[in-house]
Amino acid sequence: MSSLANVRPVMFAAALLAANAVPAIAAGAHKPFGYGTPATAEQIKGWDIDARGEDGKGLPPGKGDVNHGAEVFADQCAVCHGTFGEGEGRYPKLAGGNGTLTADRPEPTVGSYWPFAPTLWDYINRAMPFTSPRTLSADDVYALTAYVLNLNNIVPADFVADKDSLPKVKMPNHDSFSWQDPRPDTAMKPCMTKCVDPSTLKIVSTAEGQSLTPRTTGPLDDMQPK
Amino acid sequence: MAGAAAGAALLNGSTARADDAAPPAENEWSQSIGAGVVDRPYGKPSDEQAGVIRRNVPWLTAGTESSISFSPLQSLHGIITPNGLFFERYHAGRPDVEADKHRLMIHGLVDRPLILTMKDIMRFPSTSRIHFIECPANGGMEWRGAQLNSLQFTHGMVSCAEWVGVKLSTLLEEVGLKKEAKWILVEGADGAHMARSLPLDKCLDDCLVVYAQNGEALRPEQGYPLRLIVPGWEGNVSVKWLRRIKVGDKPWYTREETSKYTDLMPDGKSRGFTWLIDAKSVITFPCPEVPLSGPGLYEIRGLAWTGNGRIKEVHVSTDGGANWQQAELKEPVLSKALTRFTFPWRWDGKPAFLESRAVDETGFVQPTLAALRKVRGTNSVYHNNSIQTWQVKPDGSVYDVQLG
Repeated sequence: MSSLANVRPVMFAAALLAANAVPAIAAGAHKPFGYGTPATAEQIKGWDIDARGEDGKGLPPGKGDVNHGAEVFADQCAVCHGTFGEGEGRYPKLAGGNGTLTADRPEPTVGSYWPFAPTLWDYINRAMPFTSPRTLSADDVYALTAYVLNLNNIVPADFVADKDSLPKVKMPNHDSFSWQDPRPDTAMKPCMTKCVDPSTLKIVSTAEGQSLTPRTTGPLDDMQPK
Repeated sequence: MAGAAAGAALLNGSTARADDAAPPAENEWSQSIGAGVVDRPYGKPSDEQAGVIRRNVPWLTAGTESSISFSPLQSLHGIITPNGLFFERYHAGRPDVEADKHRLMIHGLVDRPLILTMKDIMRFPSTSRIHFIECPANGGMEWRGAQLNSLQFTHGMVSCAEWVGVKLSTLLEEVGLKKEAKWILVEGADGAHMARSLPLDKCLDDCLVVYAQNGEALRPEQGYPLRLIVPGWEGNVSVKWLRRIKVGDKPWYTREETSKYTDLMPDGKSRGFTWLIDAKSVITFPCPEVPLSGPGLYEIRGLAWTGNGRIKEVHVSTDGGANWQQAELKEPVLSKALTRFTFPWRWDGKPAFLESRAVDETGFVQPTLAALRKVRGTNSVYHNNSIQTWQVKPDGSVYDVQLG
């Protein structure tokens, strides 16, 4: 499925179909095209920022502990996420929510929802702080990861996060995920006549009268005078 | 403008009266000279269309930088979304990327890791395709009940364009895949460094790396200068500002495919890697924003789409799903593209419940919300592809409702 050897027959079939009408460049006569520049090992090292969630592959050298993470968090993260990860305003709550996933209003957080600990390192490293991503050292990202895991009581206060310890952290909700799409999970029949008794139909919910809809004519709501 | 001109004409005793509608109606614009060429070197819609814009729901997100805007489907007329009205989704705001400095790196389990400039990418054989993109959260605010009395806000996280670029399979063949290769990671150059895993089968099937949209360079909002298009799959995987493709043997389980874009079921379990956009449709006229103006003959109009290929049929009901009739599909009917449908309807002025139901080429039938809720509950956020009900009142006004 995945090897180049298996890709080629498709390309050749397309080339044969098109052979009468299409110049050689589209028929694959010049492969490889040779465009671009080979990426050097040094260049790849600079770009290759990801760490895999399941096994932590790609986590760099370095380490950080919970106490240092608390300092970095207070300085860089608390303004949006709250001092203890409770979330300010509509910014994401990072801690708590355990046991809420079947509740009427679930609270998915790192502790209650995330399946893999290295994903937390990867996400902080690639996307945080929100207004200045990619400005934290690897050690600081490890420290923040340790702090957020500790906020969720997943690791003890003396936990040190590094490339060996993070993949070993068992996330509480890890086993709740399935990674195979079970859809289609509905099997409606295309009934055409007398599908329901119209006299039984009633409105169970309406958007009428709710004041949740922004205006849909004229300027944006955001552009209105405060 | 027209009214003012007509009023002035009346005062002047002129014979040019637009409200008479006697052809030719000589309005102000017919009795003067207009602006010349390049008055508007790029061009823009009529000033009267100034309200036809993307809109957001301010209470939905903490700020606009990690948020979404909605396409004004109620004012659009074809399968192609104008570039300025294509819905937006950002995770760290819209970066203003300089194309000369932008690079695409392809590395990992490949024979020849490469760095490509935009010029390099544009030399590869090009491909054109028309495909929709839908955010899987489209309709996500309606799982628990009807909340937003607006087509734009219930369905506007979908748009469709002609994309031009290079097949992802061409680029992957250029670097040479090693035999262990099974997944790729795609990564954006925005502040979020948006990253998603994709199985190699899909990448080699129909994915595109595109630099153009509806005949011009991508807009910054849509990933200028380069984005991925993953036809028929949830919009988030069509990573914008594409800067890196890494080939690997396993998925990455990034934040956007674990914490987000996973579907929480009523039993507390979650579904991941639910990429497919299932068959869906909606009536775009009438709708809450465009009500009816009295009894008579109307053409009900709408859009249907599916990530499973082509739309095969659309059915329309005017009685809340009790009885259905075939709508007419309007050409072109393209795979993984928006498809227009119409249905002639003589409205008698009585209350009505309008619904549309799409069937795709696999035979899958768009479900009711009740059928979806039965399986998925109300907390799964994503992939609400249920049948939409519009309530028509005797005065012609239209409301977003859910029937039970």
